[in-house]
Amino acid sequence: MGFTVYIILVPIVMFLFLSLGSKWLKPRTAGIIGTAGMAVSTLLSYFTAYRYFFVEGQQNGVYAKITAFTAEWLRFGDKLHIDMGVLLDPISVMMLVVITTVSLMVHLYSLGYMKGEVGFQRYFGLLSLFSFSMLGLVVATNIFQMYIFWELVGASSYLLIGFYYTKPTAVAASKKAFIVTRFADLGFLIGILILSFNTGTFDFGLLTADNASLAVTTMSGGSFLGLSAATWAMSLLFMGAAGKSAMFPLHIWLPDAMEGPTPVSALIHAATMVVAGVFLVARMFPLYVFAAPDVLTLITYVGAFTALFAAVIAITQTDIKRVLAFSTISQIAYMMVALGVSGMGGHAGEGYTASMFHLFTHAFFKALLFLGAGAVIHAVHSNEMENMGGLRKYMPVTHITFLIACLAISGIPPFSGFFSKDEILSAAFQHDKFIFAVLWVVAGLTAFYMFRLYYRIFWGAERRYDKHPHEAPAVMYVPLIVLAALTCVCGMLPFSKFVSSDGAPFSAGINWGIASASVLVGIAGIAVATWFYKKASDRPARAAAKWAGFWDAASHKFYMDEVWQFVTKKIIFRCVSRPIAWFDRHVIDGTMNALGTMTEKASETIEPVQSGKVQTYALVFVFSVLIITVGVFLL
Amino acid sequence: MNILSVLVIIPLAMLLALLVSRNRAYVRTVVTVGFGLVLAAAVAVAVVFLQERAVSSEAMLLTSSTVWYAPLNIHYAVGVDGISVLMILLSSVVAITGVFSAWNMERDFFVWYCLLAIGVFGYFISLDLFTMFLFYEVALIPMFLLIGVWGNGKKEYAAMKLTLMLMAGSAFLLTGILGIYFTAGGTTMNIMELSQMSIPMNHQYWIFSLVFIGFGVLGALFPFHTWSPDGHAAAPTSVSMLHAGVLMKLGGYGCFRVAIFLMPQAAHELSWIFLILTGISVVYGAYGAVLQTDLKYINAYSSVSHCGLVLFAILMLSRTAMTGAVLQMLSHGLMTALFFSLIGVIYSRTHTRDIREMGGLMKVMPFASVCYVVAGFASLGLPGLSGFVSEMTIFVGSFEHTDTFRRVLTILATTSIVVTAVYILRTVGKVLFGPVLNPDHLKLGDAHWYERFSAVALILCIAAIGIWPSGVQHVIYESLQPVMEQINLF
Repeated sequence: MGFTVYIILVPIVMFLFLSLGSKWLKPRTAGIIGTAGMAVSTLLSYFTAYRYFFVEGQQNGVYAKITAFTAEWLRFGDKLHIDMGVLLDPISVMMLVVITTVSLMVHLYSLGYMKGEVGFQRYFGLLSLFSFSMLGLVVATNIFQMYIFWELVGASSYLLIGFYYTKPTAVAASKKAFIVTRFADLGFLIGILILSFNTGTFDFGLLTADNASLAVTTMSGGSFLGLSAATWAMSLLFMGAAGKSAMFPLHIWLPDAMEGPTPVSALIHAATMVVAGVFLVARMFPLYVFAAPDVLTLITYVGAFTALFAAVIAITQTDIKRVLAFSTISQIAYMMVALGVSGMGGHAGEGYTASMFHLFTHAFFKALLFLGAGAVIHAVHSNEMENMGGLRKYMPVTHITFLIACLAISGIPPFSGFFSKDEILSAAFQHDKFIFAVLWVVAGLTAFYMFRLYYRIFWGAERRYDKHPHEAPAVMYVPLIVLAALTCVCGMLPFSKFVSSDGAPFSAGINWGIASASVLVGIAGIAVATWFYKKASDRPARAAAKWAGFWDAASHKFYMDEVWQFVTKKIIFRCVSRPIAWFDRHVIDGTMNALGTMTEKASETIEPVQSGKVQTYALVFVFSVLIITVGVFLL
Repeated sequence: MNILSVLVIIPLAMLLALLVSRNRAYVRTVVTVGFGLVLAAAVAVAVVFLQERAVSSEAMLLTSSTVWYAPLNIHYAVGVDGISVLMILLSSVVAITGVFSAWNMERDFFVWYCLLAIGVFGYFISLDLFTMFLFYEVALIPMFLLIGVWGNGKKEYAAMKLTLMLMAGSAFLLTGILGIYFTAGGTTMNIMELSQMSIPMNHQYWIFSLVFIGFGVLGALFPFHTWSPDGHAAAPTSVSMLHAGVLMKLGGYGCFRVAIFLMPQAAHELSWIFLILTGISVVYGAYGAVLQTDLKYINAYSSVSHCGLVLFAILMLSRTAMTGAVLQMLSHGLMTALFFSLIGVIYSRTHTRDIREMGGLMKVMPFASVCYVVAGFASLGLPGLSGFVSEMTIFVGSFEHTDTFRRVLTILATTSIVVTAVYILRTVGKVLFGPVLNPDHLKLGDAHWYERFSAVALILCIAAIGIWPSGVQHVIYESLQPVMEQINLF
């Protein structure tokens, strides 16, 4: 399956072509070329998925890890070396399909959405760069290749968030996103150092083989501060994952990242890049289960807390993209929890399958939500809910597709979110009732804030619009329809037949008890939202006033930004950087200058000795001779 | 005649040719053709070296030696290994891009520039301690005039400070070199021959310290780095490029070639002290850069951090880390030259380097700005550019040690990558992005062709190492064999 390497090469060639040739290309041509390139990658990915799942993938009834391509890139010594390659296994093939599909839809949509923007060519070049990095990340054969593409993903995200580079908020947001994730990546890097030092390899195949026996034998000892090497390494890797996947407390960059163009938010900050952390944990899953089970518990609790925390904040936000951003954080946390509660193999590994399933379905409906929100923003030229309302009449396609996505994320059958969410809830139920309860509450909150969003955009009182809002052009609504169709059908896939923790297909039925509980809470959430928001009323304001303190805190995102601001500005800048700069200029450099001054002063002091007066010289000479002679005689 | 001597003879010939005429066109022709020839010669040396290496297992190739002063056994002895070949290539690339960045400079400037080049190339080809030291001094002296005459700001102060501090380092160095010569028997100054002799341990302690500090001053070793911010800020563009890009590498190269290679046992025992100092350099330089407001100061502190990493990695005494150190020298040399050339482009138009007075330059000079972003990415270690390769090699190599002290230090050093991202993105965000702060800036033009030439050439080299590192890595790794044999004796 060597052709798979072209899935990655086509986007990078597109990037080079579009960015170097941007001066000579017409915007429209550049857009079409970029989209065509992505279409090629998409078709190749579909073909890969077909070949992998139905023709070549299975060996003895188990989906194997196939190395389709590999080449040594950099050698570090006798043992360690970074390879660049393509690894095919159920999750990487699934990711190829997800990324290329969403990316292609976003490319198409952008042709309309970004029309007339300055830097249109640059935009498409950067989309290609991002797609290249993301695809390289998921097919990585070894953890260092993953880290390399991980960083590239971060950089292309930085460039895309800051696409409107003359806008100060966009510049600040892009900087924040990069630095926060960089900080998390530091953990990732140190984790890799510890892991590779102990096991002597970066290779995923060797690391995860035989229930991660390599890591178990080499890393269970060697405790540092009371934790084993494996626990250290795997927690640090999770730190990297938490940064990219916006887990509390490293989630602060994601809401700000909404400053980027909306299609970018759909691609990067909803469907692909932000799930990279989940993908990393899934990729290293055997190590977590067998070498560092404690870390898995940590992941579960961090995930559950983040899911609840983000859902509560989402209720209070008024910028529609920020609601979606917090909803993304909450949903990704769901996937993390699913991995945390999972075991290995067969039905014990249901959480793993559920996590990947939710990743898969979420990518489509969340991209759809963002693109729909983009169409709305395109129509009313604002992100704020208060400038919207009653839009269902003007934008029927956007309205219907958005509704489908809202139903899916709320877990209403037969839309895709229902199936994946149910699987996560049932995995959590078997593992830990408390975690299940939290997720169940979050499911209700999700339905509530999504329908709050839906009603406030499409229902409620109609605003006085400056220009008549209109439906998006076909190039924008076709992607909406495609994604809506996927949202309707992809839940029916027998996902556990393809993706499982150990590669062996199993059948996971629907747990009707849990399913009805989750549907009920979803409907309850929708009902409450309908009561509050379907018609304009003072009910929301009254409820908010009743809980004023809490509402205020939540709408300020529980002041996490301020906390981080304090840490960076006050502590790092004021208490570390400024003293260092001062110390350097005044103490160290001062010492050097003092040495210089002292030399100068010393020479000035002895300067009168060289007076040029012969009498003085003679006097000194005679006295010196006398003293020396007397001295010699006395000794 | 040995092919290596050509590298010294061409700049010498240029220097003489420049003395003849003051005509600007003539001067430009001489320096561009001359440094073009130097680059060609450097490439030729690399090619010949690779051919020789395939058939020979000698540590040093293309060697030759002529007696220069017999009573002290001083020879003009030259020879190269993979590391010096790479340093020569780096120097020739930076030298020619520096010429293009100094397109409008007068003849006298280039006279000193050529002298500087003689010193640099002579240093990298020398195998004799004394001639090496001689060329080292030849490279340092012109710096005083280049900054003092053609610099800006507090140029006299900066030139004086830089020269005096580096001269103090040289004094340490000369003592150290004489110490090596006499304690090793007083029969040879040749590094390769010296490496076969043993220096008594009680002497190794003080000689190692002197030599390491002596070279370390030029390699921006904490706390002897303070010449760097003032010196770079005052120096004209191409001098900053050459100074940070090449001269600072003289320090790292010397530490490695003389201090570690000849006194491996002292290196073993004293490395912890210097590891702490260089570790401080790495983190301290990065934090120091965060709040600077002058573009050149930011870059100077960043150089303290990046060059600190070179010395840090050398002191780890592991083969992988040392490979990383050499890669980092190359990477930093190219990257910092690129930075300074672009700062030169910006400064020559805005007449300020204060980041608070600039904003939105991306709109005004897109070409220079995009290059600056690339340089920034290289500096913060983005994969695909050279900085990533060298830093990762250093971190992985340094982490190979089993003792907790070195591993904790390594982890502390890795934190610099976050701080680097902070100051790079802060600068980029402030200077290039956002609205145009000063309306006068809207009239400014983008980079000229000669400025574009240097930027593109440097970016291509940075990307080449970043995308295909294994070739360079292999050459360095092989060349470390003799050093590793020395180190592994203990």
